[in-house]
Amino acid sequence: MKIGKDLVAASATPLILAILSEGESYGYAILRRVAELSGGRLQWTDGMLYPVLHRLERLGQIEGRWGKSASGRKRRYYRITAQGTRQLVALRRQWQVVNETLGDIWFAASEASAQA
Amino acid sequence: MNSALPSDPHGLEERIALWRAYLLRRQSIRDVDVDELEDHLRDQAAELAEAGLAPDEAFLVAVKRIGDLDALTREFAREHSDRLWKQLVTSGKSGSPAGCSAGSEASIVLALAVVAALAIKVPALLGIPMEDGNELFYIRNISFFVLPCLFGYFVWKRRLAPRACGKAVLAFVAAACLANVYPFEEGSATEVLVALHLPIALWLVVGIAYTGSRWGHSADRMNFVRFSGELFIYYVLIALGGGVVTAFTMFTFAAIGLEAEAQGLAQRWLIPCGALGAAIVAAWLVEAKQSVIENMAPVLTRLFTPLFAAVLVVFLGAMAWTGNVVDVDRGILIGFDLLLVLVLGLLLYAVSARDPRAKPDAFDALQLLLVTAALVVDIVALAAIGARISEFGFSANKVAALGENLILLVNLSWSAWLYLRFLRGRGPFSDLERWQTSYLPVYAAWAAFVVLAFPPLFGYV
Repeated sequence: MKIGKDLVAASATPLILAILSEGESYGYAILRRVAELSGGRLQWTDGMLYPVLHRLERLGQIEGRWGKSASGRKRRYYRITAQGTRQLVALRRQWQVVNETLGDIWFAASEASAQA
Repeated sequence: MNSALPSDPHGLEERIALWRAYLLRRQSIRDVDVDELEDHLRDQAAELAEAGLAPDEAFLVAVKRIGDLDALTREFAREHSDRLWKQLVTSGKSGSPAGCSAGSEASIVLALAVVAALAIKVPALLGIPMEDGNELFYIRNISFFVLPCLFGYFVWKRRLAPRACGKAVLAFVAAACLANVYPFEEGSATEVLVALHLPIALWLVVGIAYTGSRWGHSADRMNFVRFSGELFIYYVLIALGGGVVTAFTMFTFAAIGLEAEAQGLAQRWLIPCGALGAAIVAAWLVEAKQSVIENMAPVLTRLFTPLFAAVLVVFLGAMAWTGNVVDVDRGILIGFDLLLVLVLGLLLYAVSARDPRAKPDAFDALQLLLVTAALVVDIVALAAIGARISEFGFSANKVAALGENLILLVNLSWSAWLYLRFLRGRGPFSDLERWQTSYLPVYAAWAAFVVLAFPPLFGYV
C-alpha cells in the first residue's frame, strides 16, 4: 500500500515532532524511526525530510546543532523546543479529531453493511 | 559506520565529491545543507552495504533514495527563498589578509574614509578656502585627497611589501608637486587638461596596488577593469543616497529657520567630505561583494550595446543622407570623445563578462557593428579636428582631443579586426581580452604625458 503524497506531507510535522520529543536525533535516525514505527509502510523520499526540518527550525519548533557522529563525521542534531512541544500537543488534538471522526463514520459504515 | 567505506577502493569518495559538487551548483542549497545530506547518504550507503550490497551499488541506491534532485532543490528553494536573493555579507571571510578579522577591515576602511574626507579640509586650514575662485585648485588636486587612501587600502589588503610601494608613492608626490608648481595662467586650458588627465594617470597606480603587483597578468588587469566599473556604479548609487541626505538636511534645517547655515554645512562639509569618503567605502563594498552579487557593469552593457549601436548607425545614416558635415566646436568635439570612451567602455565590459570559451553569438556580431560604427564616427571626428587644426593652428585642447581620438582609433580598429577574426572562427576570443588589457597602460601613459608635457609645451595657457 502506498500512502498518498498529501497525507505523507500532512503527517510529516507531527511525526517529526513526536520522534524528537523522545529525545535528540538526526535526519537519518528520524527516517529509520518512521520506518520502524510504520513497519515500513510509511515511505518518505529521504531528501524531503531536510527542507521540513529546516522549516520547523525556522518556526522555532525544533532547534539544530552541529555535532559529531560516532565515526567522527559532521552531523546535524535536532531537538524539540518548548514551542515545538506545545505545537505537538495541538497537532495531536487535531489528528485525534480527524481520527475519531473517520473511526465513527467507518464504524457506522461497517455496521450498515453488516445489517444489509 | 565507515567500515563499509574503506580507503576508497571503489572510487566512492570521488563519487560523493562529484555528487556534492552537483548539488552545490544549485543556488538554494548551501554547503551546510549538503553536509547534512552527505551524512545521510553515507549512513544509508553503509547500512545497505551491511545488508550485502556492493559499495558502489549501495551508493547508487542511497542516492536514488535521497530523491529527485530537482524536486529537492524546489523544496529547498521554497523553504529558503531568501537565498535566491544573494546577500551581501561584509564579514570579510574571503580575501582579507590572514589573521585579520572582518571588524579590523571595516575599521581600516572607516579610518581611510575619514582620512580622505578630512584631507579635503586641510587646504582650507592652510589658507586656501573652498570658495573664492579656488575651485580649480580643488578640482586639480582631487586625486591627491582620495587616491592615496584607496592605494593604502589595497596595499593593506594585498599585503604589499613597503619596498614595492616606493615607486607609487614617488609617483603621487611627483604628480602633486608638478600639478601645483606649474605657473598656470588664469583660466588656462592646460590647467583644465591637467585636472582632467591626472586622475586617469594615477588610476593606473591604484590598479597596480589592486592587482597586488601582478599587473603583468592579463587576468589581474581584467579584474581591475571589472573593479573600476563596479566601483563607478556603486559610487553613483551612494552619491544618489548622499543627495537624498543633503536634501533632507537642507529641508529640516530650513524648517527651523537655519537655511543659510544648512547650505553652508552642506557645501563645506557634507558634500565634499561625503564625496571623498564614499569613494573608499564604495571600493570596500565592491571588494566584499565581488563573488556574491552579479556584476552590474556587464548587465548595463548588455542593455545599452544594442541601443548605442542603433543610435550610431542612425546618426551615420542621417549624416550620409543629408550630407551635413560635423559642425566643429569645442563642445561637440568633447561630446564625440565622450561617445567613443563610452563605446570603449561598452566593449571593455562586454569583454570582461564574456566566457572566452563560448562560441560567437548574435551579441558578438552586435558588438562588432557597434565598434565599426564608432570607428566611422571616430574618423569623422578626426577629420573635423584635422580641418580645424589646419585652419586655426594647434592648441592644447585640439591636440589633446587629437591624441585621444588617435588612441581610441587604434584600439577600436584592432578590436574590430580581432572581433571579425573571432566571428569567422579564425581566432580565439581571448586575443581580444588580451588586447584590451595590454592597451590599458596606453591611456595612463597618454594622460601622464598630457599632465607632464602640455603645460610647458603650450606656455601654461
